[in-house]
Amino acid sequence: MMTTLFNSIIPAAIAIATVFLFGCTGEIIMEKAGHLNLGIPGIMCMGTVGGCVGVRICVLMFGTHTINWFVLVLLTLIFSALFSCIGALIYAFLTVSLKCNQNVTGLALTTFGAGFADYFMTAINKSNFAGASKVIRYSLPFASNLGVFGKIFLDHGVLVYIAIAIAIATSLILSKTRIGLSLRAIGENPATADAAGINITKYKYLAIIIGSIIAGFGGVFYVMDYVGGSWENSFTIQAFGWLAIALVIFTVWKPALAIAGSIVFGILYVVPYYTSGISFAQMKILNLLPYVVTVIVLIITSIVGRKNVQPPQSLGMSYFREER
Amino acid sequence: MNKNHEPLFHIVKRSDITLKKAMLIRGIALLSGLVSICLLMLIFTGANPFAVIGQLFSGAFGTQRRFWILLRDSCLLLGVGLALVPAFKMKFWNLGGNGQILIGSLVSIICMKYMGEAGVSDPIIILVMIPSSIIAGAIWALIPAIFKAFFNTNESLFTLMMNYIAAGIVSFFLAVAVTSGSGTLPTLSTGNLPNLGNQYLLTIIVVILLLVIMTIYLKYTKQGYELTVVGESQNTARYVGINVKIVIIRTMVISGAICGLIGLLLAGSINHTVNTESAKNMGFTAIMVAWLAKFNPLIMIATSLFITFLTRGMSQVQTAFGITNNSISDIIIGLVYFFIIGCEFFIQYQVIFIKKQKKKELQEKESEQ
Repeated sequence: MMTTLFNSIIPAAIAIATVFLFGCTGEIIMEKAGHLNLGIPGIMCMGTVGGCVGVRICVLMFGTHTINWFVLVLLTLIFSALFSCIGALIYAFLTVSLKCNQNVTGLALTTFGAGFADYFMTAINKSNFAGASKVIRYSLPFASNLGVFGKIFLDHGVLVYIAIAIAIATSLILSKTRIGLSLRAIGENPATADAAGINITKYKYLAIIIGSIIAGFGGVFYVMDYVGGSWENSFTIQAFGWLAIALVIFTVWKPALAIAGSIVFGILYVVPYYTSGISFAQMKILNLLPYVVTVIVLIITSIVGRKNVQPPQSLGMSYFREER
Repeated sequence: MNKNHEPLFHIVKRSDITLKKAMLIRGIALLSGLVSICLLMLIFTGANPFAVIGQLFSGAFGTQRRFWILLRDSCLLLGVGLALVPAFKMKFWNLGGNGQILIGSLVSIICMKYMGEAGVSDPIIILVMIPSSIIAGAIWALIPAIFKAFFNTNESLFTLMMNYIAAGIVSFFLAVAVTSGSGTLPTLSTGNLPNLGNQYLLTIIVVILLLVIMTIYLKYTKQGYELTVVGESQNTARYVGINVKIVIIRTMVISGAICGLIGLLLAGSINHTVNTESAKNMGFTAIMVAWLAKFNPLIMIATSLFITFLTRGMSQVQTAFGITNNSISDIIIGLVYFFIIGCEFFIQYQVIFIKKQKKKELQEKESEQ
């Protein structure tokens, strides 16, 4: 049991945790700016499509040659960012400029994004995606020879490390820089921030766009790295999106904690697949683990809610300067 | 350089707007939505916009059967919307409609399958499955409601997770009950709800009854008033002596029970089987239905008809233009949502262009002279 734990479960958990980590970090940035974005599942779907467009371009560019790792990762991320940006701009325009209800806009965006992904991911030519996925997943060649340490810390594709780097950077920016301070001020009390001369609209737009881009990477990672370039439907990515939003509460709006939190969620997600000797039906029950644990976490955090783990005060409310 | 240049426009909150103007703005939004559908279809498939509109209408109204399906589907959607309205009026974000419908459906199917196999007669099965599925839906809503009432647990995420738990339980049931290995449960012939005239009428009648009851409940009963007050301000509600906890739990039980009832209709009268997608995402779509109608049950008739019209129409458009990929309707419906959500801004606020305003002031001055 212990050997499976360290040899397969934890490495797999870290891989799937990356999806949660991207989504969670993105959502934290937006929530810090006062925007509860329920469109994250949709944005993750759109980011996936973008990333796959990037991969497709690479496959066409290199033809029968081996795909260059750097070009592939770069193009995938750039296109993913572009597509997530479309979703982010729709959401930002509706909720920031037009001051529409954030929950409803988010849900509409999720419907849109899921349909978008289901349509384009079926339409796109996925030839050699499996090969491209191997390139994206490329890790240090000696990593798998280093035993447990190598498997857990080194044997992952570059996106895993990007996710962790982004989470740490976000954590530092939010807590140590002036930009982070302004962003948090907007989320707590936009009127005060406005009076202090912070450009609310600009900050909110930027937070939504950057957050969405980060979240979108989560979808790309799932399709191109975790499942190896195949596509079934948007159902799983949507579920990841919701779990990522729940994770934000679990990690009390701290991106650094999100790294640990997402690994916990990752373990819960992969455990059924590595538990031997259970029937198909029993596995279906084990598959409920992440959702049941999320519910329990939600309940516990609400019961022991302390003053320093509250959500940003103006979360979910739109700001209109002339309304006091 | 004039550094502090004047902005192009400024925004003012409207104090009131005539119903006519509000409707006009909504109409424009719908029209832009339709135009964007045609544009998208033109870009993706090169389809003639007028042909698209024609197929859209033909899909919804083209034959008698299509028309009945349109009516039935919009009634189902309206029913879910009616379930969500009390919760939303109370500012309780019940995103768990899907799960509540699904669990109601599942319980009905369990009754139909196992009681049917045991040889119980249909009327008795139906008598058992009606209360049990309604109670199942109610319980699915009761769990998050209790925690919301006592600990203020985040209800939107809680209900969302309940959706996935319900879906998981359904796949567990399918794994146990379907021995063939196909993963799909064949349609059941036992315990089906009776046909009234045709197979669509039962759903329609049930939902119309529901509509009447809900309208009265929200508008003319003490409980309906209480939940509105709780939604406006919990402090006010407490101050005037409303027991907020009881109102939250009671309202959510009603909400879940109606969803369970819709699940019963889906299982017993329409699908006769269940899978993880049985709720057809109506829990989310109905949020749109309710929100677009500003939680007014009567206007919701129109919004649910409109959204069902789009869904049904788009599926016909797909068939007509040979699009095998049926997700395009999700894209398009999502797009129309954006237009309708966005137009609320123009109903609540007024955009005043500074240049125009100045011209107007100038003209007024001239005319005074």
